[in-house]
Amino acid sequence: MAVDDRKVGVFMFLPAAAYIGLLIGAPLLLAVLYAFSDARIGTLGFHFVGLENFRSILQSPSFRAALRNSVVFTVSAQIIVIVASSILSIALEPAFHGRWFVRLLILLPWVAPISLGAIGWKWILDSIYSVITWVLVWAHIFKPYGAPMWLGEPTLAMASVVLVHSWRLIPFSTVIMLAGRTSIPKEIPEAAAIDGAGFWRTEFLINIPMMMPIINVAVLFGTIFTFTDMTVVYILTAGGPFDSTQVLPSLAFATGIQGSDLAAGAAISLFLVPVLILIAYFMLRAAHLAEVA
Amino acid sequence: MPGGDGRKIGTEALRYAVLAVFVVLLAFPFYWMLVATFKQNIDLYNVENNPFKFNLPPTLDHLKLLFNETRYVRWLGNTALVGVLVVFITLAFSLPAAYALARLTGRWGQRIGIAIFLTYLIPPTLLFIPLSRIVATLGLQDTIWSLVLVYPSFTIPFSVWLLMGFFKSIPRELEDAAMVDGLTRFGAFFRLVVPISISGILTVVIFTFTLVTQEFVYALTFISPESQQMVGVGIPIFLVRGDVYFWGSLMAACLITSLPIALLYNLFLDRFIAGFTVGAIK
Repeated sequence: MAVDDRKVGVFMFLPAAAYIGLLIGAPLLLAVLYAFSDARIGTLGFHFVGLENFRSILQSPSFRAALRNSVVFTVSAQIIVIVASSILSIALEPAFHGRWFVRLLILLPWVAPISLGAIGWKWILDSIYSVITWVLVWAHIFKPYGAPMWLGEPTLAMASVVLVHSWRLIPFSTVIMLAGRTSIPKEIPEAAAIDGAGFWRTEFLINIPMMMPIINVAVLFGTIFTFTDMTVVYILTAGGPFDSTQVLPSLAFATGIQGSDLAAGAAISLFLVPVLILIAYFMLRAAHLAEVA
Repeated sequence: MPGGDGRKIGTEALRYAVLAVFVVLLAFPFYWMLVATFKQNIDLYNVENNPFKFNLPPTLDHLKLLFNETRYVRWLGNTALVGVLVVFITLAFSLPAAYALARLTGRWGQRIGIAIFLTYLIPPTLLFIPLSRIVATLGLQDTIWSLVLVYPSFTIPFSVWLLMGFFKSIPRELEDAAMVDGLTRFGAFFRLVVPISISGILTVVIFTFTLVTQEFVYALTFISPESQQMVGVGIPIFLVRGDVYFWGSLMAACLITSLPIALLYNLFLDRFIAGFTVGAIK
């Protein structure tokens, strides 16, 4: 009976494992193979060229810019998202009239397709008809036609890309934090309040430490979603101006697909792997700790 | 407590102020899509006009253009078709796999389950280059079938993970009793476990469908012809002619497409979050 069950189990599990193996495992291996080859779109064969691709991309200014931008993009978006979603989850925790509707509005950036949200921002940040520009001119901060082009200047473009991506992730992180917050037994902060702890002491000495595991989950997923994303950059700036918003995934797309150089594109995208491994490690550790507890 | 009431009212006011600021910041782009949808072009493209009000009467021109003169409706159809097919493929593969991992494979089940969850962390931006060649080799390039093939690679892992948790919460005795009564393991699975797991299955259906509508990278990579696009790529890439953006129609398309997806997703969001946070919350 037990042996029989095991056979049935393998039989039921195998199709899914094969699907994942063929469409995730195999391409992953191919990505590594391509990175050491001269594969191009349009020709089927390829030869191994050793570290040639890595040598040439490491010398390319675009790649160095993309590597640096990816770090800036990921780290600054995470800081903004964690701070904002901590504040928002505190404000959203107690029940109030119309909470479901407020929650729906807050969640829109996460639940709507990001390519469409990003194009909405492209209109808001338009070089001529930007509503932000209109407000700043109206408030006499800039002269008419004197405001900067939000997506046309390197620093502002990077800030825009970071903020739009944060905008997208804040709801996701908030909902996770909210789940963590509601899982704290109510007696603990209440007891602290009776002992005379104010809002800040309760937050920093009790709530935040107790929520650490869940904040970790939010940061780990947020890092993955940001570091590997190319949608926001592709739609808002396509990496410009002058590669100032180019990130690793968008450069891999520009090189491998648009530029037909599959090998160099694959080599660029492989630079995502160390970060992914690090995150997988932390997640496994978190899962292991949860299992022990 | 003296002065307690005043302080409480102050805290409440601060709380609502924080909420108001966030609601405005987070929902504003969608409000702005709504405004652009109904504004006449000469109103929309005049920097002298106050953009917050309708300086000229609202118009339906952008909607007419969107529905009559672009491929938008076709893209909606493509997206719905891919969505439905991917949902079926996902269920066909993930239901048995999740059941096997929850019940039949013993201690290995949990470990393989975590391994499957980890594959969810491998992003499209790492796989799209080799996959583009695989898709071309199979002759699926420039058709929606490339997406029908590839999308389950990321919907199956998360669905297995979600359903595994769901099946574990069903008492084992239920199946044991049915099997004593003469049902086989398969019989117990199809006639007993699947029917009582409808709400878990529904979650997977909605989750898979919304993921399909949200995906951008694969759809952009595999498909070039305008008529074969999905909404997520068709709207931002193909509603632009050369350098000319038809902002009114573009914003209308964004809004009309986003809202139903957002509402659907919102209904099931708590379950997805539970899937993400398994382990971190008891």
